[in-house]
Amino acid sequence: MDGVNVVELTIVVVLFLVVTVMGFVASRWRRAESLMHLDEWGLGGRSFGTWITWFLLGGDLYTAYTFVAVPALMFGAGAAGFFAVPYTVVIYPLVFLVVIRLWSVSHVRGFVTPADFVRSRFDSPGLALLVALTGIVATMPYIALQLVGIEAILKAMGVEGELPLVVAFVILALYTYNSGLRAPALIAFVKDTLIYLTIIVAVIVIPSKLGGWDAIFGAAEEKFSAGTGAGVLLPATGQLGYATLALGSALALFLYPHSITGILAASNRDVLKRNMSALPLYSLALGAIALLGFMAIAAGVTPIGEDGNTIVPVLFQEMFPSWFAGIAFAAIGIGALVPAAIMSIAAANLFTRNIYKEFLKKDATPRQEAQVAKVTSLVVKVGAVAAILFIDPQFSIDLQLIGGVIILQTLPAVALGLYTRWLHRGGLIAGWFAGMAAGLLLLYNIQRVGPDGTVVREHFGGSSFPLSKLGLDVASSVYAGFLALLVNLLVTVLVTVALRAARVAEGVDGTAETDYTAEREDPTFRDLPDPLESAPPGSTGGADARR
Amino acid sequence: MAPARSDRSPWNWLLLVPIVVPLLVPLYNRVEPTLFGWPFFYWVQLLFVGLGVLTTVLVYRATRRSPADRAAARAAVTRDTAARDTTARDTTDRDGGR
Repeated sequence: MDGVNVVELTIVVVLFLVVTVMGFVASRWRRAESLMHLDEWGLGGRSFGTWITWFLLGGDLYTAYTFVAVPALMFGAGAAGFFAVPYTVVIYPLVFLVVIRLWSVSHVRGFVTPADFVRSRFDSPGLALLVALTGIVATMPYIALQLVGIEAILKAMGVEGELPLVVAFVILALYTYNSGLRAPALIAFVKDTLIYLTIIVAVIVIPSKLGGWDAIFGAAEEKFSAGTGAGVLLPATGQLGYATLALGSALALFLYPHSITGILAASNRDVLKRNMSALPLYSLALGAIALLGFMAIAAGVTPIGEDGNTIVPVLFQEMFPSWFAGIAFAAIGIGALVPAAIMSIAAANLFTRNIYKEFLKKDATPRQEAQVAKVTSLVVKVGAVAAILFIDPQFSIDLQLIGGVIILQTLPAVALGLYTRWLHRGGLIAGWFAGMAAGLLLLYNIQRVGPDGTVVREHFGGSSFPLSKLGLDVASSVYAGFLALLVNLLVTVLVTVALRAARVAEGVDGTAETDYTAEREDPTFRDLPDPLESAPPGSTGGADARR
Repeated sequence: MAPARSDRSPWNWLLLVPIVVPLLVPLYNRVEPTLFGWPFFYWVQLLFVGLGVLTTVLVYRATRRSPADRAAARAAVTRDTAARDTTARDTTDRDGGR
């Protein structure tokens, strides 16, 4: 292979080997005697403290794809790409009170997935199945996209062929199988240390080489002044879309199964509250990373081939000595492994709990559950690799776009359900279908318009829907997921009112009001028979509860 | 069953500030005043990160439980870990988890 940068490749391979060893050793970390229980394999024993949770959730939410795609978006679309910052600012105060309720009720009732909660709360395996399927479908392309991040650095290093990608994912699959959630939790320490190191160096070194921030923003200004729409500031018509995309993405992020897995793995409510204040440090880093897109403009970077995702690796190569570019590439590569592992675990948990245990083998023992989850996590990763190898990567990007819109449709059941039991299970199911249909219809009708004003793609061209298509006389556009969620909520409420008026049975709530504010030291039902086997009405006495 | 507790507090309303302010795009979609060469649009949004941290820290500190309660929660983690290992020893065959 000609043109391979040996120094970079050596550093990346060495660091990759280090995290591989950590991944396998992780099964003994914080000593679980046996990993053959979903609480252990899939939630790390529900024992992670503030620091581990910070690294785990940080590694989970701020993925390699984000680090590659957000600057690429800034590079191509200017200010609109900076939505990632307000998105990750509003999210923490938004979910501050919500995640602790979810943690408490899951702690008391032993829920492993959001669908577990929905099943018990609304007494509806069908609704839980919808939530689980939505979660799995939304997560799969997200895993595939992590591979796009690794592909970008491989291209930049001059490595050709698909084999390295496959090898990396096989190793990842094996240690996830072996160690469960403990593996990404331990590796996240390395990932985030490398990421912060890279960013700090980048924001000091690169601007000084490019003649300061004035020159960087000036170059971006100059590039965008030629075209239409994009710019260093948002066009007047882009502001509503910017705000709704930030809000909609924030609402969606904590509905993703992998976020919820990270939350349920925390050891108590204080850990989560403290993390809502500490996680924004990653948002600062993300802001700096986003500006790498403008730095690439100022440095005159041209992407490899047509792949805009390569601009950050190429920029690093031009600005850093080989050894440090290698470290930066390792940061991106390992940054892909951590979320990919957590996402596959989350998808495996959903399949095991809400499909296998619910519909295929009702009397599965905890040991069988853990085994099924481990195998499922392998299958999920094989699927992700196959998706990247055999299907156009653009397809994964489209699917991930759709993923954000469809995961939002679980908000009424999962998030509102934490606060109210008023919504009827029938209404929630109807709302899910309506929101799903609306979301897909909206996305289908979004065109992508090129810089010269011609239509590049007819359908699924983005996520911001022009309001003029709804007959409104405005030039603004809105995040499609946001509109779909409004449709969903409207239908949910209307059908709930109708079903309540018709006195259709609403099922028995398997949770109690006090569950939602329970603290770690409070008694739990976790060692009692599985909540999927018996859904005791919330008030089953505390006498036989553990401790 | 868990004792009746409440998450309600007037302090929680403070959380609305960092949710609403970053969404008011017209207020900050401008170049001036610049800071270290950064247009207002960019540096003020990074400042919002600080606003979010400040408010969540304030709400957390104003609503957190007594030190004794928090110590009880931490002790419960240790206790559960120990109990989990004992249960695992008693009930599971040992070869499975490796």
